[in-house]
Amino acid sequence: MEIKMHTPITTDKIKTLHAGDLVLISGTIYTGRDAAHKRLVQLLDEHQPLPIDLSGQVIYYTGPTPAKDGRPIGSCGPTSSYRMDPFADKLMGIGLKVMIGKGDRSESFIEDMLFHKGIYMQTVGGAGALLSRRVKKSKVVAFPDLGPEAIYELEVEDFPVIVTYDIYGGNLIDDEVKKFQSIDKKNFE
Amino acid sequence: MRIGESMREIKTIEITKVIKELALDANCNIGKSFIDRLREALQKEKSQIGQNVIGQIIENDEIALNDHEPMCQDTGLVVVFVEMGYEVHLDGDLYEAVNQGVREAYDEGLFRKSVVKHPLDRKNTGDNTPAIIHVKLVPGEEMKFTLAPKGGGSENMSLVKMLTPAEGIEGVKKLVLHTIFYAGGKPCPPLIVGIGLGGNLEKSALIAKEAIMRELDEVNPDPILAKLEQELLDEINELGVGPMGFGGSTTALAVKIASYPCHIASLPVAINLQCHASRHKSRVL
Repeated sequence: MEIKMHTPITTDKIKTLHAGDLVLISGTIYTGRDAAHKRLVQLLDEHQPLPIDLSGQVIYYTGPTPAKDGRPIGSCGPTSSYRMDPFADKLMGIGLKVMIGKGDRSESFIEDMLFHKGIYMQTVGGAGALLSRRVKKSKVVAFPDLGPEAIYELEVEDFPVIVTYDIYGGNLIDDEVKKFQSIDKKNFE
Repeated sequence: MRIGESMREIKTIEITKVIKELALDANCNIGKSFIDRLREALQKEKSQIGQNVIGQIIENDEIALNDHEPMCQDTGLVVVFVEMGYEVHLDGDLYEAVNQGVREAYDEGLFRKSVVKHPLDRKNTGDNTPAIIHVKLVPGEEMKFTLAPKGGGSENMSLVKMLTPAEGIEGVKKLVLHTIFYAGGKPCPPLIVGIGLGGNLEKSALIAKEAIMRELDEVNPDPILAKLEQELLDEINELGVGPMGFGGSTTALAVKIASYPCHIASLPVAINLQCHASRHKSRVL
């Protein structure tokens, strides 16, 4: 069953979520990928104010295509999350709670996430046209010079995600891959 | 006879038009044979999440086709293979003609501009150029263009490794399986796996990318490679990675291998992963 959830996704809500849960998110989320993460962390390191308040927020790792006339956004599927691993600890340190992207992430990210009681969710990579239908509004709120890598504020409705790493150490990827692996590890280790 | 008398003149403006049309089509139209292959995979997929993911990919690809929108926000770095007949004469710069076609398509199609001018200072070029252009001279008076918008996610999980001859076929298989297992969901499976065996460092990578452009149903004319393609496909799908790495029995839809003669000391292996947004279109001019 799908769980409907409205942003902000508070610690209390995060406590109810487990790896494998299908969640439909509605409300405000922010986009951010490589270049925006680098800038945010640079600002933090220089003790400068950030252009957005990340406390209790959701970051979706995407860089959308430009919107057609009359539409809020273009294609907007997830990008690979591991590239944001080096920045996640500092952003969770100022309150970032939810990260949405695709693919597995490093051990050190998982440790940081468990420490900060954050949560990692995935959408379907390469389903950018489909996912764009769940975005109702979008506007650039920081770093417009980065083009597709700018930070957008999105208003989403029933945005479909799957909880991948939960605060209890649950790991959907490891669990599911094991279920379907039928080849001996010696063949690829 | 004067030199050039029997040459066929092709105008670069025609090349720009072809490239633009191929890029506009490739980004929005995955092609019927690929969707058919996804439907077959949906029937066979053992994981419930995996079925859900393949279902979303099919729905996505149909929206992209019907509404003429990019199926993926990563509209790629454009790779163009040009086969140019010896008897063709151009009235201008081939590379600029191709880049102009890319520029026009990415502007008009509202595709994402995903190219930075310098790998270290990383400023976006703003028009998705330059393309990566490979030119091959062939007999005849035609030009064939194959265009592929190549996404960053699957390219990032690709590699070249120089194995030793002693490692042989077992070494090749282990490298392929290891690479795909640890790539997990990052290259956006179900994959098309392009493999280049032999040549040298750069040749192996080039033939691996060419292999991705082959028709899905085409049987490899080399019996050794045809057998290896099938064995690898079966073993890749036993890894359990599954659609988008969520676990399951569909990790790859096809394995395509190309080979080339190589040095007595070497066994170069290039693995070029192609995500499920497997976009490439060709046209002859």
